[in-house]
Amino acid sequence: MKLVRVNGIYDWLDDRLGLEPLAAHAREKVVPLHRHSIWYYFGGMTLFLFGVQVLTGILLLLYYRPGEDTAFESVQFIIADVPFGWLIRSIHSWSANLMIAILFIHMFSVYLLKAYRSPRELTWVSGTLMFFIVLGFGFSGYLLPWNKLAFFATKVGTEVTGVVPVVGHFSARLLRGGDYVNGATLTRFYGLHISILPLAAFGVLFVHLLLIQRMGMSVPRSVEGQQLKTVKFVPNFALRDLMGWLVILALLATLATLFPWELGEKADPFASAPAGIKPEWFFIFMFQTLKFLPAKIGPVDGEVLGVVAFGVAALFWLLVPFLDRKSARGEKSPVFTLIGVIALLYITVMTVIGYLT
Amino acid sequence: MEQPIRPVKGRRRFVNFLLGTSIGGTLISVLYPVLRFLIPPEVVESAQSNVLAGRVSELRPNSGMIFKFGSQPGILIKTPAGEIRAFSATCAHLQCTVQYRDDLHHVWCACHNGHYDLNGKNISGPPPRPLEQYAVNVRGDEIFVSKG
Repeated sequence: MKLVRVNGIYDWLDDRLGLEPLAAHAREKVVPLHRHSIWYYFGGMTLFLFGVQVLTGILLLLYYRPGEDTAFESVQFIIADVPFGWLIRSIHSWSANLMIAILFIHMFSVYLLKAYRSPRELTWVSGTLMFFIVLGFGFSGYLLPWNKLAFFATKVGTEVTGVVPVVGHFSARLLRGGDYVNGATLTRFYGLHISILPLAAFGVLFVHLLLIQRMGMSVPRSVEGQQLKTVKFVPNFALRDLMGWLVILALLATLATLFPWELGEKADPFASAPAGIKPEWFFIFMFQTLKFLPAKIGPVDGEVLGVVAFGVAALFWLLVPFLDRKSARGEKSPVFTLIGVIALLYITVMTVIGYLT
Repeated sequence: MEQPIRPVKGRRRFVNFLLGTSIGGTLISVLYPVLRFLIPPEVVESAQSNVLAGRVSELRPNSGMIFKFGSQPGILIKTPAGEIRAFSATCAHLQCTVQYRDDLHHVWCACHNGHYDLNGKNISGPPPRPLEQYAVNVRGDEIFVSKG
């Protein structure tokens, strides 16, 4: 009886919306099984955590008040007075960090398995853009509680933009909403965090997911051409994905409850930067590099060279599918594997040094 | 009867030109104000060139304190020898606010481990330039700091 009614509703909708092609796609979609299949789960996990961010972000928005005199106090109010406010805020912070960590795994696994090779160049480009947008979320969201660490991290971070030749001064002012980091910066970052970046993220994510649906899962070169077992996406793989999401949700709940995210001290523009100041962990490798660079490298300021080098590296990363011609032809491409391994090692080593020193 | 093809084509091109430029014009008239809106206006700094930065009685030898110089932080230092000096507290590297380290007897920036000596000169770490030095005038117990 119930099934008939559900089918009836489906038929009614299908008549009006033409759902059948979508349903056919869901029925026919398969996922190949091989020794690298485990990496397929990390994209979905990132997506799940992005959903958690959207939901908890909307909830926080109901109490958060941007402004030099209200931001810190409103977050304090959320943590101390709003029922479950501490939990929602803690989940938002932990989920953001977990999302970036899993995004790193997703991105490097895609890179090292050369899943960016033809015909999936645009999937890589949209994914890398998504990565940059997520870093933007991390950077802008970090300032919103208006605490001491975030204040100085933002000062340094926006100044990093400022040292870029030619456009630097202009873009630093644009980011800060003026010459210095102050309440105007907070308002600007708030707008960026809750409106501009989400719009961009939804647009790019839509393209990313559409391309994945269009082209199916990439099979690594090493197992390409073999007779591979496949499983249906609906329901088999989707249910496995769901298991992954449940594991992440459990981890998130544990972290958010046992280690609630700290708020720190309120920002004071007229205080010295505290000892032991560090940006968020995913920016530490860049922070540490800037720390190591000498004041002058030849005629150029060390930090200018560092910042320009990171800019070039980001552009390289974005355009990898078009630069790696061997992979595009379906050949082995050890040079690009080496670049990926070096990048991974560099980020790991610099992050560890940043934490130890 | 022969069709006068050329004038029609010419007219079509002219209409396309008008349509194209008016779309372009509309876009520019919308985008220009939006772009200008995004760029923050220059705020005229109050021409404060002389401030009461602190009191001699509050400053021990071998210590430092941050003071407000207009909208920017400055640092007032009393050297171990008892001399009072003032500098901009904005690090020349990436604009963090520096502090006085009594254990090192000089100025230090926590952000990227930059060191400056008691003359504000960058002596170690990434800072590319010295700190801007201010003039100090002591009148009774009051310490006045001025630019240049």
